[in-house]
Amino acid sequence: MHIVIIGNGIAGVSTARHVRKISDHKITLVSSESKYFWSRPALMYVYMGHMKFEHTQPYENWFWEKNKINLLQQYVERINPQSKTLQLADGGVLEYDKLVLATGSLPNKFGWPGQDLEGVQGMVSKQELESMEAYSKDTNHAVIVGGGLIGIEMAEMFHSRHIPVTLLVREGSFWNNALPPEESQMVTREIQRTHGIDLRLETELKEILPDAKGRARSIITNKGEEIACQFVGLTAGVHANNSLAEGADLETNRGFLVNEFLETNVSDIFAVGDCAELRKPATGRRGVEAVWYTGKLMGPILAQTLCGNPTEYHQDVWFNSAKFLDIEYQVYGSVGNKVREGESHIYWEHPEGRHSIRLVYETASGNILGFNLMGVRYRQEVCQAWIRSETHVEEVLQNLGAANFDPEFFRQYEHEVVDQYNQQTGKQLTLKRKKGLKHAVAVLSKLKI
Amino acid sequence: MKLIQYTGLALFLAALGLFIGLLFMSRYQIDSENLDDLQAQVKDQHQVYVASELEKLKGQELVGKFAFLSQVKAALAASNEAIVKDNGISADVLAQYLADSRDEEGGQIRFTEASRERASGLLPEALRQTVKDYTGWLIGREFETIEAFEEQVGQGVTGAVDGFLSQKKINTEDEKNYLYAIMKTMAKGLYWDNPYVYFLLVIGVGTLGALMYIFPAFFDGMPGIKHNHIYHASATSQGLIGILIGVFLIGFYLLLYFRHYWIVEWITLTDPVAMTLRGEPASQWFMYGFLYTLAITVMGIRMFAKYRHSNYHKIRTASVMFFQLAFAFLIPQLLYQLNLPDDDLKNAWPLNYYFLFDWSIQKHIDSGTFGVFMLVWGLVLSFILVPLFSYIWGKRWYCSWVCGCGGLAETLGDPFRQLSDKSTQAWQIERVVIHSVLAFAVLMTVAVLYTYLGPGTFNIGLNRWLFVALLLAAAIGIILYHRKKYPHMGSQKVIAWVAIIFGSMIGGLIWGYTEYGSSLVNFSSYDIRGTYGLAIGSIFAGVVGTGFYPLMGNRVWCRFGCPLAAILGLQQRFASRFRITTNGGQCISCGNCSTYCEMGIDVRAYAQRGQNIVRSSCVGCGVCAAVCPRGVLSLENGPDTGKSRMDKVLY
Repeated sequence: MHIVIIGNGIAGVSTARHVRKISDHKITLVSSESKYFWSRPALMYVYMGHMKFEHTQPYENWFWEKNKINLLQQYVERINPQSKTLQLADGGVLEYDKLVLATGSLPNKFGWPGQDLEGVQGMVSKQELESMEAYSKDTNHAVIVGGGLIGIEMAEMFHSRHIPVTLLVREGSFWNNALPPEESQMVTREIQRTHGIDLRLETELKEILPDAKGRARSIITNKGEEIACQFVGLTAGVHANNSLAEGADLETNRGFLVNEFLETNVSDIFAVGDCAELRKPATGRRGVEAVWYTGKLMGPILAQTLCGNPTEYHQDVWFNSAKFLDIEYQVYGSVGNKVREGESHIYWEHPEGRHSIRLVYETASGNILGFNLMGVRYRQEVCQAWIRSETHVEEVLQNLGAANFDPEFFRQYEHEVVDQYNQQTGKQLTLKRKKGLKHAVAVLSKLKI
Repeated sequence: MKLIQYTGLALFLAALGLFIGLLFMSRYQIDSENLDDLQAQVKDQHQVYVASELEKLKGQELVGKFAFLSQVKAALAASNEAIVKDNGISADVLAQYLADSRDEEGGQIRFTEASRERASGLLPEALRQTVKDYTGWLIGREFETIEAFEEQVGQGVTGAVDGFLSQKKINTEDEKNYLYAIMKTMAKGLYWDNPYVYFLLVIGVGTLGALMYIFPAFFDGMPGIKHNHIYHASATSQGLIGILIGVFLIGFYLLLYFRHYWIVEWITLTDPVAMTLRGEPASQWFMYGFLYTLAITVMGIRMFAKYRHSNYHKIRTASVMFFQLAFAFLIPQLLYQLNLPDDDLKNAWPLNYYFLFDWSIQKHIDSGTFGVFMLVWGLVLSFILVPLFSYIWGKRWYCSWVCGCGGLAETLGDPFRQLSDKSTQAWQIERVVIHSVLAFAVLMTVAVLYTYLGPGTFNIGLNRWLFVALLLAAAIGIILYHRKKYPHMGSQKVIAWVAIIFGSMIGGLIWGYTEYGSSLVNFSSYDIRGTYGLAIGSIFAGVVGTGFYPLMGNRVWCRFGCPLAAILGLQQRFASRFRITTNGGQCISCGNCSTYCEMGIDVRAYAQRGQNIVRSSCVGCGVCAAVCPRGVLSLENGPDTGKSRMDKVLY
């Protein structure tokens, strides 16, 4: 059987690796972007000089040949499900028995005048990294549109080259549609104290003006201000790259619609990662979850299905992580951007305002729902185990040290979190466990996970 | 801030320039005064000869270093000729001796007690006993022809004379010491008139400049990882500046180990410190120890700035700075002043490979109770504490908290940590090479101890050419095996390393043959320790280990060469509570951890599978955990159960 995978990002590669682990099927990974797999979240580090591009490649080049995974650097123009073939850009045709779509995301463009000018781009692909590098040579000022994860990364990239940046954010504070207000404020402060990044809140892009050569020369905001710049970064989110649906009768909404086996409506065609949209997402979850981890988790499951062992994909306890300038962020479970009905929050913040811990629990039952961490690292296994087993928040608090994953000799703040809870509730809880593997193992074995 | 930084850089570079310039500032002139001073530094038996040859250069105008050096070398060679002339015998005397000592009574050509006694008057008195010893086995022999007599007895006498002369002559070791003494004693010039001024200008200004350059980093943005432009900067990405730094370091080590009389100015520069701490002028090893400690201190301060967000890095850096300053530098000077063995008390066997050598054991026993205590301490450290602590904390407690080599790597070497080779092939090579060095060190120690405690001789009757053939076969075997087992990898690196390592061993054997003649192999424990000291102790640990920082990363020695690291590694892999824990599925495969692993471990390969990292080479520097932008890694000690330590693959 020949399994063809379009897209060699984390979703496509996870699928390919796991198919190989459990079968001898012929595998072809097709990508027009690059021959070898590399880590998309690492793009910024290449630009900033932390790494060379080859360092972002998780496997040495011989890995693919050794594991008999064929790499094809080609652009797929069209899928023909009747003949089970792919039309390639070079005129070639590739036959498949089973097809996996792992085409990822593309940067959003909202029809702004000038959005296709020279010097206007997103920051998702290898080609975009290369063009950003090229444009940087004669960029004295850059404007970035969109206050999300990629926007702040792009701002940090320019900042590393001492190129002043204006960051336009539609909301009243940074990424407040995902982060609760205090955390959002913390990141906002971190950006504002960074010399060289000019954060404009409640400001939107209206249009981009060209110079004589068709390159961006300035932007105009919704407040009528004109800001001179030679580069405009469009980072107002991403959308699923589902253009291959056309002519293949693939059903789409945002992404390719898939059932719990990650199958599309067309037989023998599957979709994974950013481009896949679950027809029936779990309660409180979205059909498209465009993060690295989705692709990584879906790959092994789809591999089972492809190899004759149909396996359902279920959205497990949510987790994500990011880094905002020097502040690390981790989230486990369900943490909204505000206190939702029926839930309570315990929020502790360090007086310096660069570390915080937030616990979310169901008010009535006391069941723990989620953890939100800024500048503090928590152990995924422990947090997930507590959430899965619906542990009572007081049990969690008393054992909270077991979740701490910071390096040795770092200050531990779990006492303060317990104190915060005691203050809020008038209880007299004490912390029973400090940080340490011993404690983590004890908690996990008690939960029998 | 920028101004402070650039001023500091300018000062440092000026001091560095002066440091190098110092070597070319001296002029030399011999006069009666310095000739007298020199005498005290020359062995009694050589004094007359050396003095009379140097006397000939007296009154000469001031000359430059290399011209003077060649004159002095010629003078020492001439001294040796004079020694030979005075102590040896001429061809005429030899011919006369062979004629007189021939007993032709009864038409038989023989060599007898009587005939030998008859001729011995021809020889200088000092030589007579030696010739007797060398020719004893010929007494009573009959010879077919006069030619045969002259050949055999002649060989005996010449051998005796050569042996006698080798005691009398200026040997290679003497020559190096005399050259150093001469280059120091006869030197004149600005530097020699104002040594303290130059100490301040080079060491003082250099240190100040470096600290000024580092200082602004304490205020550079918010605390956090500062890796911008590491791969854009020439010095830290194997660019031209990096290569120049490498050339400087390699040159420094080669001069230090093999030509210390070229760098007299560098060594004497630290005299003020040596006089204070040790009560005598600096040796090259004192100078090296001083600069080593200074480098760790200054670059340690840089670590405090760079990692100011991380207590782990601040504490472990303080630890290596303390152990270097106190244990490796100050305490040994104190012990020396107290006339005790000047041990580095944290130096464990087999990194300290001569700890169990006969002379070392003897030295300790001879120093009385405290010496014996130090011997016992060394044994306790090496065989009880090291394994115990490594069980509890992994090898990091030694390699990145205590060790001097590790201390330099973690401070001076930190800017180069990203340059280690992460390929699977480098790992394959590492395992073979480091364990070979370990085997070499263990065998050597056993051989030396056996010689010392056992029968008194330790000769291995192995044929030299058989050995060469075996080594060649092993080299080819390794390359072929690798190509067969890993057909998808190129094998260039393996071939290069095999060529270097087996090549140097084969080269050593052939060199031994040309040096010592045609005898079949006669390895003694002395040959083994000599080879180890040169190849491993000096070249690998020093020249390659540190000289290649800017080219191959800061842990070349620790990764490929250190026998103690090999032992600790085996323990860490199989019997330790230490591991790097991976935090569930949070890894984004970005590669920061692997890139900044100084030991060349592909950390990401484990992290992205949700697997803990248990690798023998890991020195626990903690940088992978620090650079991880998603908080995925943490160094932990904990229960050694299969599930929690090693066997968990989640993704």
